[in-house]
Formats: sequence, C-alpha cells, structure tokens
Amino acid sequence: MSGANASLERRLHLKSGRVARYEAMFEIRSFEDRVQAMFFEGLVHGTTHTCQGQEAVSVGIAAAARPTDTVTCTYRGHGHALALGMPPLTVLAEIMGRRIGSVGGLGGSMHLCDTSVGLLPTFAIVGAGIPVAAGAALTAQVKGTDGAAIAIFGDGAANIGAFHEGLNLAAIWKLPAVFICENNQYGEYSAIHITTPVENIADRAASYGIPGEVVDGQDVETVEAAVAGALARARAGEGPTLLEMKTYRYAGHSRADTAPYRPEGEFDRWYERDPINTYRRRLIEDGELTEEEAEQIEARVAARIAAAETEASAADRATVEDMFTNIHAR
Amino acid sequence: MRKMRMNQAIAAALADEMRDNPDVVMFGEDIAVAEGPFKTSAGLLNEFGPSRVRDTPISEMGFLGAAVGAASTGLRPVIEIMFIEFIGVALDQLVTEAAKFHYLSRGTVTVLLTVRGSIGAGLGFGCQHSQTLESWMYSTPGVKLAVASGAHNAYGLLRSAIRDDNPVVFLEPRALYAKREPVQRGEEGIVPLGEAATVREGSDVTVVALGAMVPAALQAAEAAPWSAEVIDLQTLVPYDKEALAESVSKTGRLVTVEENPLTGGWGGEITAFVTGDLFSDLKAPPVRITCPDIHVPYGKELEQRYMPGPDYISGQIGALLDTGTRPPHWWESREVMA
Repeated sequence: MSGANASLERRLHLKSGRVARYEAMFEIRSFEDRVQAMFFEGLVHGTTHTCQGQEAVSVGIAAAARPTDTVTCTYRGHGHALALGMPPLTVLAEIMGRRIGSVGGLGGSMHLCDTSVGLLPTFAIVGAGIPVAAGAALTAQVKGTDGAAIAIFGDGAANIGAFHEGLNLAAIWKLPAVFICENNQYGEYSAIHITTPVENIADRAASYGIPGEVVDGQDVETVEAAVAGALARARAGEGPTLLEMKTYRYAGHSRADTAPYRPEGEFDRWYERDPINTYRRRLIEDGELTEEEAEQIEARVAARIAAAETEASAADRATVEDMFTNIHAR
Repeated sequence: MRKMRMNQAIAAALADEMRDNPDVVMFGEDIAVAEGPFKTSAGLLNEFGPSRVRDTPISEMGFLGAAVGAASTGLRPVIEIMFIEFIGVALDQLVTEAAKFHYLSRGTVTVLLTVRGSIGAGLGFGCQHSQTLESWMYSTPGVKLAVASGAHNAYGLLRSAIRDDNPVVFLEPRALYAKREPVQRGEEGIVPLGEAATVREGSDVTVVALGAMVPAALQAAEAAPWSAEVIDLQTLVPYDKEALAESVSKTGRLVTVEENPLTGGWGGEITAFVTGDLFSDLKAPPVRITCPDIHVPYGKELEQRYMPGPDYISGQIGALLDTGTRPPHWWESREVMA
C-alpha cells in the first residue's frame, strides 16, 4: 500500500468498528515510542514532538470526521496523521527526511500533509491553523457542500491571538468548523495554570456565542461522540463549536525535554486512565476482543512499524534537486 | 478606452474576475457595505451578494488566515489590508503559512490567494499609515509581489494576481487612487506578472521605478534635457531581469527610484544584479534614489521632502550624467539623531 489510496483505505478501516479504533490507538503509541527512541539514539536529525497519552483524541476525531473534511493540526501531529489514514511508512519516512515521505522528506516531523484525507500541511506555528480551518469551512459554505473543517490545537494556542480571531470570524459567519483544543496540561514547558487564568478553555466559547464543551479526552468513544455532534451541528448550518479535550502528554514538549517540571505523582494519576489500556480492558469485558486477539493485533502493529522503519531507513534521502521544487505553483 | 480613477479600475478588475469565476470571493474591513475606505470595491456587494463579498472584523490575522484556508481548499479569495501596516499583525499567515503550503504539500495544495494593500506616503496619514513595506515581502520565496503605478496597470496586474495560482501581494499606492488614466478593460487589458513595462524610451540612462515613483520618474524624465528610459518594474517578485538587462546594456547607466528607506530597499537588489551581470556595460556607478532611513514625517512640506519628487529625481540624474559619479543623497550630510 502506498500513496493516497492507502490513506483512504486505512481511514475506512478505522471506521469499521471498536477493535479498529483500539488498533489505531495502539499503532500511534507504538509509533511514537519508536520515534522518540530513534531521536534519542541519534538516528534522526532535528527535533520531534510526540503525543503518547493523547491517542484517544486523534482516533476519536478521525473516526467522527469524513475524509473530505479539512483538518488543520499542530506540529504534535504524528498521531493525527496516522489516525486520519496516513500509513506509518509515509509518516516515518517524512520524519527521516526520505523521498517517500509525505512531503518528499522536505518537511520533517513538524510538517506532514495528506490532502487525500483532508490534512493540510501541519502547523509549526502555535495557533496558526485555527483561522486557516475557518477559511476551509468558508470554502464549504460558499460552495454549498456539506463539508466541514476541523482545527486541532493545543492548550497553549488558546492564548494566542489567532485563537480569538479565528473563533470570532467563524462564529459571526456561522462557518461549519469544529475547534478542538487538545488540553494536554502543558504549553511547551509550562503548566497550563501558569499561563491560563480559566480552569476550562471551553468556557471561552461564551465569548463567541458558540457552544463550548469539556470532553474526556482519555476516552476514544466520548471524543468521537462529541466531535460527531459538533460536526453534525456544523453541517446543519448552525455554526462552529469549541471542544476541549482534557488529556495528558506523557513525553516532554520535544526531543530535548525530559519534563523535570512535572509534579510528583501527576504522570501516575493520568496513567491510571491511560486511553489505550482502559479501552483494551473495556473491549475484553464487552466480549469484543479476547486477550489473544489483542496480542495478535499488537504483534501485527509492532511488525508494521518495524517494517516501516526498515523500509524508510533504506529509502533515498531528499536530494538537492528536490529542494528546488514546489516553491511556486506553475 | 475609458478614463478611470485607479480605485475605479481596481473595482472593475475585481468585478470582471468575479463575473468570470464564481470561486473568487472578497473580504476585508469595511469593503462590503461601505465599499472600501478608498472605494475600491464599489458596487461589488450589490452585484455579487453577501456570500462572496464580506465585511470582516478588524482582525487581520483572522481573516488573512481564513483567506489562506479558503485559498487552499478551492476558493480564490481576494482580501484587502486597508493600510499595508496592518499586515504586521498577520504576517505569519502570509510569510510562514501561505508561502510554504505548496512546498509543504509536495505541490498538492495551491494557495489561490491575492492580498491587496494600500501603501505609501503623500496623504498626511503619519508614520504608521504611510509606508510601502515592499521590502518586507520581497525576500519571501513562494510569494509574488506586484505594485500598481496607475489605473491601467492596476486593472491588468490585479486580474493577473487573482488568476495566479500562488499567493500574490498586490500593492496600491494610495496617492494614485484618485488619478485618472485610460484603462483597457477585458482580456486585452490584462498585464502579466513578471513583466516590466518600458513606459518611456531613452538612451542616456535607465530609470527603474515602482508604484508611485513611476509617475514621479516620468515627470522628471519628460522635463529633462537628457534622454531617460523609464522602466516600471510592475512586479517586484519575480522581477523582469531581461527588460532591465536590455535597457542597461543600451544606456550604460542605472538609477532606481524607490519609495522606501535606503537600507534594505529593493533597489539594492536590482543594483547588485546589474553590477554583477552587466558590469562591463556600465559607464557610471548605479545610483539609488530613495527615502532617508527615517520615519515618514507628518506635515505636508516635510512629507514631500521625504519622498523622492520629480525635481529631486531630475537633479540626481543630472548630477550623475554631469559628473559620472554618484551624487550624495540630500540627507547624506545629516546624522540620524538619537
């Protein structure tokens, strides 16, 4: 599988049921663990921002949205890219600067893109994707399609002007947009309470006269239901919604950050509600998955990621010729 | 050809593109109901309706960002930055997002965006509403930049900017909005991006100008005893190297006339190109005529002194031809005071 068709197929598979959602979350965790290790081992040049702990948000959003909806998301985007459908090989190859990567190896970890599943180039500037999603929603509105746009951003972005301006514009024009704040408790190295005076970012929706909802970001099905509701509202012409996913970032901000600022016990408290472990238990309790089947899935995912690493490592790096391409559209 | 004011020519270009292409939409501050503070969108709301012609909040980052999103998903938005300085709060969306989307999508996303902005001194708006900021944008790969010098090319360049599949910044000297000149409408009136216009032929010196400095340079050339070839660059990114080379190899002298501070102005780039590639053709050092490295002053007399006017341009060129050396800038003996 390669290219756009592979992404769409993976996306459709995600929509096939609860076990597929589990597999998708497990894939993100395994992928991110490996990526983090590769950077620590010096196998990849530069920096990366991983999303372990936040998998339910990525998978819940991708399960609720259509591949024809436009998505903008942040530089902590590997999980979203995988959940939206991009194959691990395409993402890993991009992170490793290889020509078979999603941007031909010219973007790197922070810049993934796959328009076949609606993902615009991911944003390395905090908040920048928020008004851009409003604009993609404007396209749907002006053209009269039933498309929608989703902006995924962190809690840190709720304090930058683009958040206010993007939500305000979407609200006055009643754009079919869903604004999803992934509140992982830290904006880069700073805890949210240091930078943000409100307990819930969702409360800020009141400023724009739109619904705001706090959502348990550790539960993939709760996330999916909230996003599906907001998308239905958007498609019905009722305007945008602000969803705040309460979640937790297991890793530091970036490769260089070991998160020594984290208070004692905080990680353990969140890990008790780990989105993958809890969902695995639930599916087994509900009789949809056996322990053996779960292990088979996990082995399959591990093999897929190992194969992606082998293939990406052997692939050609982006060339000097490549870096002169796509500066201008013809 | 009917004579039009430059603001009317701009409204005409917008209307003609909107008629031709239903994907063209327009938004900005006070552009719909009020038809723009400079009346550059007169009649558009009435003809095209509130879905395609929209007033925005005073929120450049928001609406420029929304334009980037719309332009990346199939619309062709034209947005208006009322005074170009207001782009300062939104520059990320142009320079860091729009300029790089095509590259960061391996060519799968095209940003069909036109950013219009009014520029320049001469109307007494003070130093925060009188800059051109051309040089802020011309070193960003991925963005094209065109500047109108009158009603005729305002119409033709704007239509090209809207049709172009790249983000294009289109700058409009405010001092020219009310000036009338004949405008060729329709397809024949379209001025391609990337091509300079030789607006006056001559043999002694090549005078390269942009925007409001084009009519000033022309006025200087027309009254002078020497023969100047006046080139309106029209597009600064990408600029027309061929036209410059052809003219300078004929005249052997280069003068740039810029409405921006000396330091970092585009004339430095043109001068570097000409001296590097056409050194042996040059009979004299290239001369840059610019504003000083100070803020645009307020009072009318000071503002006129600040900008290169026809008399000053003429004097500088005359001195170059007389002496064969670079004449000093009028402010050169002064120190910029702390």
